[in-house]
Amino acid sequence: MSGHDCDITLTVNGERVTERVDARQTLVDFLRDDLILTGSHVGCEHGVCGACTVRVDGVLVRGCLMLAAQCDGAHVETIEGVSDLGEIADLQAAFEKRNALQCGFCTPGMLLTAQELLARGGVPSRETIREQISGNYCRCTGYQAIVDAIESVAQTRAGAKR
Amino acid sequence: MKPAPFAYAKAKSLDHAIALLAHPDGEARLLAGGQSLMATLNMRLSAPKLLIDLNGIAGLAGIAVKNGAVEIGAMTRHAEAERSPDIARHAPLIALAMPHIGHSAIRNRGTLGGSIAFADPAAELPACLLALGGEVDIAGPNGTRTVKADDFFKGLFETALGAADVLTTIRLPAATNDTRVGFAEYARRHGDYAMVGLAASARAAGQRLAGVRLAYFGVGNVPVRAKAAEAALADGSIDDAVMALATDLAPSGDVQATGATKVHLAGVLLRRAAKQLTETRP
Ligand SMILES: Cc1cc2nc3c(=O)[nH]c(=O)nc-3n(C[C@H](O)[C@H](O)[C@H](O)COP(=O)(O)OP(=O)(O)OC[C@H]3O[C@@H](n4cnc5c(N)ncnc54)[C@H](O)[C@@H]3O)c2cc1C
Ligand code: FES
Ligand code: FES
Repeated sequence: MSGHDCDITLTVNGERVTERVDARQTLVDFLRDDLILTGSHVGCEHGVCGACTVRVDGVLVRGCLMLAAQCDGAHVETIEGVSDLGEIADLQAAFEKRNALQCGFCTPGMLLTAQELLARGGVPSRETIREQISGNYCRCTGYQAIVDAIESVAQTRAGAKR
Repeated sequence: MKPAPFAYAKAKSLDHAIALLAHPDGEARLLAGGQSLMATLNMRLSAPKLLIDLNGIAGLAGIAVKNGAVEIGAMTRHAEAERSPDIARHAPLIALAMPHIGHSAIRNRGTLGGSIAFADPAAELPACLLALGGEVDIAGPNGTRTVKADDFFKGLFETALGAADVLTTIRLPAATNDTRVGFAEYARRHGDYAMVGLAASARAAGQRLAGVRLAYFGVGNVPVRAKAAEAALADGSIDDAVMALATDLAPSGDVQATGATKVHLAGVLLRRAAKQLTETRP
């Protein structure tokens, strides 16, 4: 495959998608503009804010620093798919309960980033939680409520397992 | 912003990548983790005509310990090195540095080869390579060659890599019982590039240190060896070593700090790293 137009076939939130994309189109623009999955947001477009965070083949990545053309054959998951599966329903409820979002612009990326840490199991320290979300900017909440929400879910999940 | 138009090609092999780099009608660039390159494209700081994706090439990633060396494939992700028991045991300096690089999502994609090829003067890994006296293998149109860390970093974002070269392997001396390493950096926020950082290695020789190598980052156009401080530390005086930094380093100020502040911070970091160097290995 070489050129300005790239034909890609990938799985997005469990559904097979075949599209022709411009080589320079980023993954997050492809998701938002072509597939109308607008839950992933576009902030800085240089990897700093974390608003565009999605999963590719199970791994958390920046949607603005990957090309759609690179996702041929990949499994992409966005906040829409992860929400529908109920994987983070408890985390979403905790964010709402603790006012861990105000405008919500950072929230999809924040949730997926938190889930990456929570999926490793155990109850991480607040320090570890802060480190994990250090690449996700929130201009509204001041982070305290976000750390509270993530910590409470870790505790509940660990308790539920015992 | 969005990148200027370019064509995209997925390299099938190392030879294919090298052949594509000889792209006749304009600049071609290799795409590794994209965590530096994509950002510069999005900001239109660079506008190559062709991107050559290294991600599909088999055999360019992986960590192996052989013949007293740790060999790291260029396409090994930061996250893989961070979790690797081989890195923790045989290249402990890299293990210390890894958590300071960006954030989890960045480390999931970014590669060790990309980081060293990019040679950001404030980046951790180029300084680690220099502190360990490592080397890199480079493949190009005329075959392969090996370049020592001391000869690799040439200038601001400039290395021994030519326009049609691919960095394939990073080779570090494997740690022995005598190996001592230290790492310290100062950054405003977790995951930021350092204002000043230090990667250090030495050999324990009785109560003293030998073969001290101090590689600073964030203090010049390239990672910088502090050779007078190295000698002072080998002589056993941390105070003299900190004093010597005034002759070793001549950082210019940037948006974050003046040159004088950077030299001061370099001294603070040296005391931290020296403490780590003199601790026995667990
Ligand atoms: C928000 C954010 C924070 C970051 N923080 C840090 C940090 O604190 N410290 C740090 O060190 N880095 C940091 N980075 C950068 C990150 O470590 C990059 O992954 C790394 O610098 C480049 O590696 P890459 O694989 O992504 O390379 P790419 O971005 O794909 O490529 C970078 C350059 O190297 C060239 N190149 C890549 N691979 C090769 C090869 N094998 N042979 C020859 N040339 C090659 C490319 O052509 C390009 O010019 C950060 C990035 C972001 C987005
Ligand atoms: S838009 Fe991708 S990190 Fe900000
Ligand atoms: S809730 Fe507004 S940016 Fe986080």
